[in-house]
Amino acid sequence: VLHATRPLHTTQQCLAPVPPLPEKGGEVRHGLIPEEFFQFLYPKTGVTGPYMLGTGLLLYLLSKEIYVINHETVASFCILSVIIYAVKKYGADVAAFADKLNEEKVAKALAVKNEAIKDLETAIEQEKKEQWRVEGRSYLFDAKRNNIAMLLEANYRERLLTVYSEVKKRLDYQVAMQNLKRRKEQDHMIQWVENSVVQSITPQQQKESIAKCILDLKALSKSVQAAV
Amino acid sequence: GPLWQRRLLDVQLAELPAWLGTRDLSPQGLLGGVQKAWNSYYNKYINVKRGGPAGLSMLLAGYCLLSYSWNYQHISKISFLVSF
Repeated sequence: VLHATRPLHTTQQCLAPVPPLPEKGGEVRHGLIPEEFFQFLYPKTGVTGPYMLGTGLLLYLLSKEIYVINHETVASFCILSVIIYAVKKYGADVAAFADKLNEEKVAKALAVKNEAIKDLETAIEQEKKEQWRVEGRSYLFDAKRNNIAMLLEANYRERLLTVYSEVKKRLDYQVAMQNLKRRKEQDHMIQWVENSVVQSITPQQQKESIAKCILDLKALSKSVQAAV
Repeated sequence: GPLWQRRLLDVQLAELPAWLGTRDLSPQGLLGGVQKAWNSYYNKYINVKRGGPAGLSMLLAGYCLLSYSWNYQHISKISFLVSF
């Protein structure tokens, strides 16, 4: 069973969304030999075929001294046993730790993505609200128009009042002028008449009028005395 | 399909020399072949979400085999064997 290759570069080149990584790598038996080898030999030799092949190969290499046993053999044996023991004992823990790191990275990226989506959704809602607000603009403009009309009216009336008061002031001035003139004429005439009368009274006439007045007074006093 | 379009595993043993003749053996061609081989190995065993020791251990085993084969001449000399 061959590992299905990811379909890259099919149709047009599209980088997003990036296809996810495969979950597990290719199957490997004993950490060294891929599973495909065993499957390749299975139809002809069954299950034990590859192991027999391995054993035979090993014995051949050893007997023909193609693999020479020397000090390095002992060293490699020790090192390999230590490595295999370490992997078998701590492999799962290391894998879990690495998975946790990966999880955190993915969670962070996902959080960023969700955050962005939420922000865009709130932006969409606000946009819709603004669109709803637009429907009320007729009322807004009516109110503004009313305001402006009122301002104009008030201004017009103010100016009307100014005109009226100005005109009244001028007319009052004219009236006051005429009154003043008439009064001055009257006073002057009275003065003139008085002066001419006073002048026309000669000393002779003055004596006569005073004597007459005294006679009249005497007659009046007599009549009053008679009445009482 | 035709010979030059088949992959190595699909070629019959008798056609192997002919198939080798159709391959691009210039330096760029060889480099491209190495690149492809490494990419297929990398994507199959190393570039996965939950890999294991297999990806690296196969590379190390290959390295051990290669270095043994390069030093075989020197290792098999008797002077090397008795000096330890």
